[in-house]
Amino acid sequence: MEAEIKVSNLYAYFGSICALRGINISIKEKVVTAVIGPSGCGKSTFIRCINRLHEVVPEAKLSGEVLLGGKDIYSADADPILIRRKIGMVFQRPNPFPALSIYDNVAAGLKLNGIKRKNDLDGIVERSLKMSALWGEVKDKLNASGVSLSGGQQQRLCIARALAVAPEVILFDEPCSALDPISTGKIEELLFQLKKNYTIIIVTHNMQQAARVSDYTAFFLLGELVEFDKTQDIFTKPKDNRTEDYITGRFG
Amino acid sequence: MNIYIKRKIINKLMCGAAFFSALLTLAPLISIFGYVISKGITSVNFDFFTHLPMPVGEHGGGMSNAIVGTLILIGLSCLWAIPLGVFGGVYLAEFGNNKFAAAVRFSADVLNGIPSIVIGIFAYTVFVLPMKSFSAISGAFALGIIMVPTIMRATEEMLRMVPFALREAALALGVSQSRMIVSIVLKTALPGILTGILLAIARIAGETAPLLFTAFGNRFWPQGLNQPIAALPLQIFNYAISPYDDWHRQAWAGALVLILMVFLISLLTRFVIKPKYRRKEMIWKQK
Repeated sequence: MEAEIKVSNLYAYFGSICALRGINISIKEKVVTAVIGPSGCGKSTFIRCINRLHEVVPEAKLSGEVLLGGKDIYSADADPILIRRKIGMVFQRPNPFPALSIYDNVAAGLKLNGIKRKNDLDGIVERSLKMSALWGEVKDKLNASGVSLSGGQQQRLCIARALAVAPEVILFDEPCSALDPISTGKIEELLFQLKKNYTIIIVTHNMQQAARVSDYTAFFLLGELVEFDKTQDIFTKPKDNRTEDYITGRFG
Repeated sequence: MNIYIKRKIINKLMCGAAFFSALLTLAPLISIFGYVISKGITSVNFDFFTHLPMPVGEHGGGMSNAIVGTLILIGLSCLWAIPLGVFGGVYLAEFGNNKFAAAVRFSADVLNGIPSIVIGIFAYTVFVLPMKSFSAISGAFALGIIMVPTIMRATEEMLRMVPFALREAALALGVSQSRMIVSIVLKTALPGILTGILLAIARIAGETAPLLFTAFGNRFWPQGLNQPIAALPLQIFNYAISPYDDWHRQAWAGALVLILMVFLISLLTRFVIKPKYRRKEMIWKQK
């Protein structure tokens, strides 16, 4: 159980605002875990705590423990740079590097960390683009700008970029909210493929999407984890009234 | 009157006024260009670029020493002002959320507004007096002081325009902050930073006042960086206030060459350090 994530007693703050209040959750490896909840409930903050990206926001603080494969990623000797290499992230809006080519976008994580051997890079770039189902569309224009692609292609490019550094966990922060339904479908298909090898956590606003793609679902409300269970159970027999109200559309 | 017709008339009037104003702002530029070309073109010949100035009374000669001198002065100024300005800009944009940075920003803006002759006097006191000689170095020092705030603020502005999402994307790949700044943020902002540097160069290329008591001018080839050196704007100034018609013509030619030099520098830089992708592609569509 290497990529298992155990979060205990996690509190996160932006200045004096408390965004997460005592989260305890244990996420299994090689499954898709969806995080749902109304806007501002702390979903994104939660996954940004898992790859230590929360702390790059000015005035952001946190306390608690996040264990990845048994090791606390917030312990004093944990290097955030190495942790982020193990835990990749795909953002809400596609954000390829505009000054880099498609090839260099995928290779960025490796190149910027000193891996320069062309043979190695070629293989990794091709493999990553194939895994993100983009290879066929871009193999003839790897030197074109990353931002010359469509929004959905850009998002798959960002997924390839995250895959290229060989993470164990991939975090998706509402990866489809800026995409059209067809691109969304492609990304969801991709999630099915990826969970064979990676632990996946996906934040989504779309409950149908959570139901479609995830094995487990966590429901957040006002910075608290209300309920966490198998997706099927959350959507068919939620234990908490607030969960039921939310998934049946009574608020949120 | 019908309100729609009234609106259309006002629309036409306002459009006309805006167009006319745009035309008016263009007029001085075009007339300066035209005037300098018409006055200077007849005296620009091969000798002008290859010969030293002739003594008073003798015809011919050129400003080759001043052209070389100006290039040397620009090069020397860039040598220290570009690294300083760019590094300072990186500090202000990436780590500048404190009072010290605010003070730096404010003083850079003040420095930008200081008359260039004052900067010349300052360079005179700290460089020329102790060295007991006018020199190319002191000239480059004065010109660099003019460049630094421009470059620093331009760099800062350009770096700030790089979306936070790109920084996050790089960090999320396990890239260190220093690598992220150099390879992603600076690289993305490079065309804008270059434009800032070019503007600074264009500005100092024509500066005369700060050179009056630093580089001083020289009628011969440059003799070393610690010696007085010729510069086109200085030569133009000296020739223009002289009583000789021949020198007046040479001054016009010098003005034309100076304009062309600035034009050429910006053209060359753009050509040599071409961004990989055109600006249109670089524009970030979101946020």
